Amino acid sequence: MAIRLLFAGALMTGVAAMGFAGSAWAGEFDGVTVNVITFTGPQIAEPMQRRAPDFEKLTGAHINVITVPFSDLYQKILTDWSTGTNSLDAGVFAPQWMVDYVTPGFMEDLSPRVEADAALKLDDIGGFFRDFSMKFAGKTYTITLDGDFQMVYYRTDVAKELGLGAPQTWDDYIAFAKAANGKDMNGDGKPDFGSCIAKKRNAQSYWMVTSVAGAFLQSKGTSQGAFFDVRDMKPLVNNEAFAAALAVYSETTKYAPPDEINLDVGDTRNLFTSGQCALTIDWGDIGTLAIDPEKSKVVDKVGAVILPGSAKVLDRDTGKLVDCTADICPYAIDGVNHAPFAAFGGWSGGINTKAAPKVKDAAYAFFSYMSAPEQSNVDVTIGITGFNPYRLSQFQGLDNWRKAGMSEAAAKDYLGAIEASLNSPNMVLDLRIPNNQKYQQIVLDTAIARMLAGEIDIPTTMKTIEDGWNEITDEVGRDKQLAAYKSTIGAN
Amino acid sequence: MLPASLLILAFSIFPLIISAWLALSRFRLGSEGYELIFVGWSNFRKLLFGSEQYHLLGTFMPTSWLGWLIVAAAIVLIGWGIRSFVASGHVTVMGAIGRLIAFGLFAALAWLFAATIGDKGQIGSLSTTIFYVLLGVAIQFVIGAGLAFLCSLRIRGRSFFRVVFFVPLMVTPVGIAYTFRMMADMTVGPISPLWHWLGLGDFSWATNAWSARLVVVLGDSWQWIPFMFLVMLAAFESQPKDELEAAELDGASSFQIFVDITWPSVAPVAATIVLIRMIEAFKIVDLPNVLTNGGPGIASESLTLHAFMQWRALDLGASAAISYVLLFTSTIICVSFFNFVVNPARRARQ
Repeated sequence: MAIRLLFAGALMTGVAAMGFAGSAWAGEFDGVTVNVITFTGPQIAEPMQRRAPDFEKLTGAHINVITVPFSDLYQKILTDWSTGTNSLDAGVFAPQWMVDYVTPGFMEDLSPRVEADAALKLDDIGGFFRDFSMKFAGKTYTITLDGDFQMVYYRTDVAKELGLGAPQTWDDYIAFAKAANGKDMNGDGKPDFGSCIAKKRNAQSYWMVTSVAGAFLQSKGTSQGAFFDVRDMKPLVNNEAFAAALAVYSETTKYAPPDEINLDVGDTRNLFTSGQCALTIDWGDIGTLAIDPEKSKVVDKVGAVILPGSAKVLDRDTGKLVDCTADICPYAIDGVNHAPFAAFGGWSGGINTKAAPKVKDAAYAFFSYMSAPEQSNVDVTIGITGFNPYRLSQFQGLDNWRKAGMSEAAAKDYLGAIEASLNSPNMVLDLRIPNNQKYQQIVLDTAIARMLAGEIDIPTTMKTIEDGWNEITDEVGRDKQLAAYKSTIGAN
Repeated sequence: MLPASLLILAFSIFPLIISAWLALSRFRLGSEGYELIFVGWSNFRKLLFGSEQYHLLGTFMPTSWLGWLIVAAAIVLIGWGIRSFVASGHVTVMGAIGRLIAFGLFAALAWLFAATIGDKGQIGSLSTTIFYVLLGVAIQFVIGAGLAFLCSLRIRGRSFFRVVFFVPLMVTPVGIAYTFRMMADMTVGPISPLWHWLGLGDFSWATNAWSARLVVVLGDSWQWIPFMFLVMLAAFESQPKDELEAAELDGASSFQIFVDITWPSVAPVAATIVLIRMIEAFKIVDLPNVLTNGGPGIASESLTLHAFMQWRALDLGASAAISYVLLFTSTIICVSFFNFVVNPARRARQ
């Protein structure tokens, strides 16, 4: 099916090429090479490598996709640009890192180019990505290529068998995982697992814990923030709410594969699509990977749902967990506070301001080409791309999803879960203050890994994260970080 | 001669000086490139006494019976070392200083092990590295020398075994790590059926600190046994044949020949390759990085991997400071080994 899809993609590329060839960039970049860095993948790198030859035929620009492990990506870009090496003309990375690249002046302001680019169809890009992910301090610095929200996926057939519905709270998630754990869910005669969450250190696992914690920490809307108290920049990681989230996170391990702490998202996706897991937390990728009949054993057996919530949330004055009321949880549904996490914010392309003018133009043209509906509306339906929906047209028309092999019911369920997250007024925005990589990828990630390994208990884990975060905040400057945090979440 | 020596010296000394400066600085990237802010001993303080102490030295807990056993063994060994030194009749000032440093480090490391190995304690990257070096080199030497001894005997198919034992050394370390990771995968790996048959399907070596460290040691041994084998084979085959034949004629048993002739003749080579392997083993990074990613938690991080992780986090100061801890530890241990084991072995042969 993947071949059929890629063929369909190639066909659409041909159609798009006719339109793109007539654009401002047709044949304009002969002899220009653009070095674009991203992570090893195969996700994200795959669609760029696949479409680069077509783009070269159209414009003459050679796109050289350089890949590095995810854990190296942030500093590879930063060191290359800050030391003046400038071997990287552009990068596809997490938009939350933009703050560390834009502030010292390493990234090209793309606002004029975006405004003049009709082929990009900017209005079709979801408001969250257009106004938040792509922008910093009011200017556009990246082009969104991917939409990112974490959701919970569950096996609909297992739920039916167990008489359970989609998990609405984290207690439901645990109950579901517990009931399903040990059942043979893929017919191979071996017991399978209740929950599979990517918990490997130095990978993309540190977002998972925030996905669980969000509902306990933030209840009064996006501008309340889930990482720090906007009054004094106190980390929200050493209180009853975070302890409850860590308890949930630890308990899921009981119903998981024995080596779960060594599993990356690629591993948990394989486990889920091979029918070995009843539940998982992931970005939109599972939805498209699960419909590949060649690799998936769970076609039409997967439900997607907004991240489960909690009926108790943090009281920031006391640090205690309190019951949701209309005042404390204004956006609660049936008394349950949901806080969908815009983890990562979607892979986005940005350009080095020191690249040669022609190279910058070619890099922009490539990102615009990748993001244009003609390409992206196909790519988001292919699992291996790692690209998830972010354009309005991708939610409205179901044709591409049907062509990709998704049933109408499954497509509506999948897109519905993303839309519910995207439209939530209580969405948790990812951390975008300076040094956010250090807060999350170093301090949070290491402490959680140590907790899961049994090296430290929950109170010590919370204290470790709090101390580590305070150390970074004080090093950078508390007032500066507080101002940055408030501005990135729209707090007063 | 002098210009060439100066050039080589400059190339080896320059990185050492730069990294020493880095170890005393905080590295920051900004719009004007990078800046190095002098912070004195701050990086070392953070690692030895501050927020990163758990990572380098470990988590300290009340000493367990195992810890006391380690302390007692260390006291006995140091006492024996001092007694031998005094009894040797060659007591010099330099010798005394050397022993003071060596015994001091030995006592400190033994105390560190004892204080961090107890219940809920956690050894840090320094102790983990020492564990890799001691256990890894011991396994590699015993098996490598044993196989070499067998292959030096006149047995059938020894040429075939020589080639087979040599193969892992030809593979790149990262290739070894990935191969070993595949082999050690207890869910889908080649020995997973055996694992399940043993009733260990619910156990993953990667989730237990000691089993993860042990798997790193096994992977390292798999790679380096051929090196020991190769050198020891050459040593066994180059021992004087006339001595062996004379012993055989005199009716000495195989065991007597090995203890009195073979071992003394190969001991200097054995001590030297153990030293070379120890120096190399201190720098282990690829195997824990690929096999366990340093996990579970930080349990299988070696000093080099710890330094790499800090470097990746752009904390170049801490990374350089860890490298200096590694440099001092490995230098003292290897120089002590040279003085207390390699040299005596050579002298005994002469």
